[in-house]
Amino acid sequence: MLSGVTAPDRPDPDALLASLKRDEARARRGRLKVFFGMCPGVGKTYAMLRAAQQELGERVDLVVGVVETHGRAETEALLAGLPVVPRKQIAYKNIQLTEMDLEAVLARKPRLVLVDELAHTNAPGSRHPKRYQDVIELLDAEIDVYTTLNVQHLESRADAVRQITGVTVHETVPDSLLGLVDQIELVDITPEALRERLSEGKVYMEGRAAAAAENFFKDTHLTALRELALRFVAEQVDNRLRELRSASALKTVWRSGERLLVAVGPSPSSTQLVRWTRRMAASQGASWIAVSVEDTRPLDKDAQRRLEQNLALARELGAEIVVTHDSDVADALVRVALQNNATQIVVGKSLRPRWLDALRGGNLVDRLLRIGGSIDIYVVPAERSGERPAPWVGWRQIEPSPAREYAEVFGTLAALTAASWLAAPHTGYPAVGFFYLLAVIGLSLRVGRGPIFVAGIASAVAWDFLFIPPVFTFVIGRLEDRLMFGTYFAVALITGHLASRIRAQERNERMREDRATALFHLTQAIGSARTLDDAVFAALRQADAYFGATTALLLDDGNGSAIMPHFAGSYTVAEKERAVADWAWRNRRKAGRFTDTLPSAEGFHVPLLREDAAVGVLILCLPPEALLTLAQRDLAESFATQLAQLVEREQLRAAGEREKLLAESDKLHRTLLDGVSHELKTPLAVLSAAVENLASADEATRDSLANEIRTAARRLNRLVNNLLDQTRLESGALKPRLDWCDGHDLVNAATEGVSDQLDGHPFEVDIPKDLPLFRADAALMEQVIANLLLNSALHTPAGTPIFLAAGVDTAKARVFFTVADRGPGLPAAMRERLFQKFQRGDAAKAGGLGLGLSIIRGFVTAQGGDVVAGENPGGGAVLTVYLPYKPHGDVPEE
Amino acid sequence: MTANPAIQTVLVIDDEVQIRRLLRITLESAGYCVAEADTGRFGLDEAARRQPDAIVLDLGLPDMGGLEVLRHLREWSRVPVLVLTVIAGETEKVAALDAGADDYLTKPFGAAELTARLRAILRRAPGENEPSVVVFGDIEMDLAARLVRRRGAEVRLTAKEYAMLRLLVMHRGKVVTHGQMLRELWGPKSEGNTHYLRVHMTHMRQKLEADPHRPSHLKTESGIGYRLVGT
Repeated sequence: MLSGVTAPDRPDPDALLASLKRDEARARRGRLKVFFGMCPGVGKTYAMLRAAQQELGERVDLVVGVVETHGRAETEALLAGLPVVPRKQIAYKNIQLTEMDLEAVLARKPRLVLVDELAHTNAPGSRHPKRYQDVIELLDAEIDVYTTLNVQHLESRADAVRQITGVTVHETVPDSLLGLVDQIELVDITPEALRERLSEGKVYMEGRAAAAAENFFKDTHLTALRELALRFVAEQVDNRLRELRSASALKTVWRSGERLLVAVGPSPSSTQLVRWTRRMAASQGASWIAVSVEDTRPLDKDAQRRLEQNLALARELGAEIVVTHDSDVADALVRVALQNNATQIVVGKSLRPRWLDALRGGNLVDRLLRIGGSIDIYVVPAERSGERPAPWVGWRQIEPSPAREYAEVFGTLAALTAASWLAAPHTGYPAVGFFYLLAVIGLSLRVGRGPIFVAGIASAVAWDFLFIPPVFTFVIGRLEDRLMFGTYFAVALITGHLASRIRAQERNERMREDRATALFHLTQAIGSARTLDDAVFAALRQADAYFGATTALLLDDGNGSAIMPHFAGSYTVAEKERAVADWAWRNRRKAGRFTDTLPSAEGFHVPLLREDAAVGVLILCLPPEALLTLAQRDLAESFATQLAQLVEREQLRAAGEREKLLAESDKLHRTLLDGVSHELKTPLAVLSAAVENLASADEATRDSLANEIRTAARRLNRLVNNLLDQTRLESGALKPRLDWCDGHDLVNAATEGVSDQLDGHPFEVDIPKDLPLFRADAALMEQVIANLLLNSALHTPAGTPIFLAAGVDTAKARVFFTVADRGPGLPAAMRERLFQKFQRGDAAKAGGLGLGLSIIRGFVTAQGGDVVAGENPGGGAVLTVYLPYKPHGDVPEE
Repeated sequence: MTANPAIQTVLVIDDEVQIRRLLRITLESAGYCVAEADTGRFGLDEAARRQPDAIVLDLGLPDMGGLEVLRHLREWSRVPVLVLTVIAGETEKVAALDAGADDYLTKPFGAAELTARLRAILRRAPGENEPSVVVFGDIEMDLAARLVRRRGAEVRLTAKEYAMLRLLVMHRGKVVTHGQMLRELWGPKSEGNTHYLRVHMTHMRQKLEADPHRPSHLKTESGIGYRLVGT
């Protein structure tokens, strides 16, 4: 092949990648070994147990999940010594059934587990309907599995087996499962030997198969079955080899990117079509797509169910499912084929009469051939089965129109005929034809395809019989009348057809629009919500409305250990449903009703999938009778995707916020640490140096050293007080004790406390002598005023005058204390920041943590007041503290 | 040491060794005899055994709170107590004063402050005669004659003002809490009406102080009460 010639030694990157991915997936999951046979009785279980005994000899941690010995001594002897996980008892309709205890095996988590009879159907009420689904879960849990399987249980071979033996096999496993098989061991035996074993009673057949056993074990049948099994195993080996080759650059067989597309409808023949396509795809090593074209008309429930089954089958057999909407099936198929790069389209052979096809402008195959371009078209004949194939394409789906529409057609035509009868003598019969045409066009806007078809024929007949000469006969005399009649007939039918097609398209558009609207509303609702809770609430209400269901949403609790129901759900999640949701969440697959996992559940559980995990589960609980259409399934998935995005966005935002907060607090800690260490170490250094010098100092030096020590001690004291105050403020432990205060007292006490720092600053106080008493916490206010003065002293050069004023603004019912200076002032941009902690003015002299103003604000706010920074007219800063003012009560007369 | 009746004994109850050492140096150089205890329980034992003339009590003790020590002590002793506190809040100080402490000092404090306070609380030791005339600044208060003179001239005080001043004079050098003053002058129901005190104090300062807005004798203890100094 071309690619092989141009690049003979290079491995195909895609194949390599796919192979790597498969290897990776295999590394993470358990290994599956299948003991494969042509029919029951060949000794698969025996072979499996022998292999297990061998493993046990090598000290492999293995358990028996389920093994059927059918009471045979040889097999039972082999089972002895193997650890068995007790089976689970399931009560069903008064009988006790036993099944493998999947939960117990998962909990036990051995290296290897033996699971007999892969195709077995589990008792109702089990976690999965089929045993092979249990096995998949075991593999996912990184447990190796040994299992047994007969060729007749393979989905794609079931038809062949039925044709050979006449026995319909009900228990099948999907072929896609074989993709998980790591090793397949053929357990072979000659038909003669088998018949011998059969006659010795060593073969067990279950249920209905037992009745057909005679037929099943005919020599000819056995040979055919054996061939089938051998061929299947050979095919598997071949596939594996091919895979190996393409991945290891020994590529001599290179398959082009073939892709098959099969059209799937509700008819039983579609089932065969699906199987046929799967075989074809497997033999070509191609991928395949199953496409369902939803017509404008809703299918009845049976058809809907059959369609679901056919699509489920295709999904099981490994197809990708595409559901599309179009009134023209051929158009839709070609469109999907082009979108998905399909190279071959597979359709069933039409069973309908040719004349109907001709009317439509050719049947499906003809139309596909015409518009399909380079795509190959395969037409597979449908097997004639007893039941009539259910309609699924185009014309045959003539919607039963209500009798009302037929009545309308005949009523209109009768009235028009009567009127025309009177008018005809004046207008002539050709004009009557136009009246009829007008009526048919008018009717086509109101009634369905059937009635309009009838209207076309009936009007033509009436016109011919009653008006075209010779009247009261169906004979048309003149050539031009015949031409006119023919044209009329054609125009009437075409018009009717066109009109109904437009109506169908309209309906289609409307449906599409409904879906788009649903998603639009959802997106909008989510987008406009301000919190996650709001968004979830809005989304769930939308879901309630669109699915006609009660809904619930379970969300990850944040650390990925459990999911919790969101309060906005309209569906109360029972314990059992919680378990289903949990399964869907952990396995990242849909579960519950309408699925293969726990189908007996009440709700349809859709996981909210993100890149690497499910962030929650959406549960739709539809009314008991309701069916979930494919469109709804699609929509549910879209809803889940939207919700998942929403949740992820929210989580990212929260994470970002946390990070920001962390960075902020980190910065704060650094500032605090830097500041505190500097602030503590400076006075400490002064203290230790001064003390060392004290011993050797003379009288005069001793005095100045003592002074230094005092200053350093005061500074330390101030620092510690500030830190304590800030802590008190932040811990919320600050509870002001309001009492009547005298402004003069407060100012005196505050000034005394900071007299050292005020040294060197001309200081002026202006307080009215009759300043009334006001309510405040005296100790806090004393500190506020001291801090205000200190702030001015620290942030202005020595010699800068400081003013303190106080007063009452009775109009605004407040007392104020103002400290002003003639220093560098406060830039407007700084004023708001000023009162945050650890803010130090640019002109600050060394010293201070920048807590002073933050404490002022905290203390003042706690007393119901406020602090404002401003500009001193003529230069400098002004800080003013306001406190609420109320005159005190009377003092009793003496 | 206790043999000499002129030397007074002070018991220091504090868990910090350094503070105890510092207090010992300060107090001994001021002429007191010092006993030490490092826990509240041991302090109570020592108080019972040594019968000190005054106690300096730290409020933050490891075994039992200073307030509790004070309450136990007040069950059987009237010995003057000076409490030391690191807490700037006045609530605890008031609580200590209410529990029977005679005065308080906030850490860090100066040596002069400590000895002044100690002298004040020791003044009313039993047996000492109360003088009938007390002088502070240019004010002379004759308790026997119920007269107040300023530079020789009589100052007319109202009955409440006189009662307030008398209370402060009786406890001169020590803090008198708002609650104490209100209880004694207006009865127990008046606690909380501190504006009575403020108003009367303002009037009194105008009559007695040279600069009423910067008083040198009738001092305010923010959030706690008043103190008469300079006697």
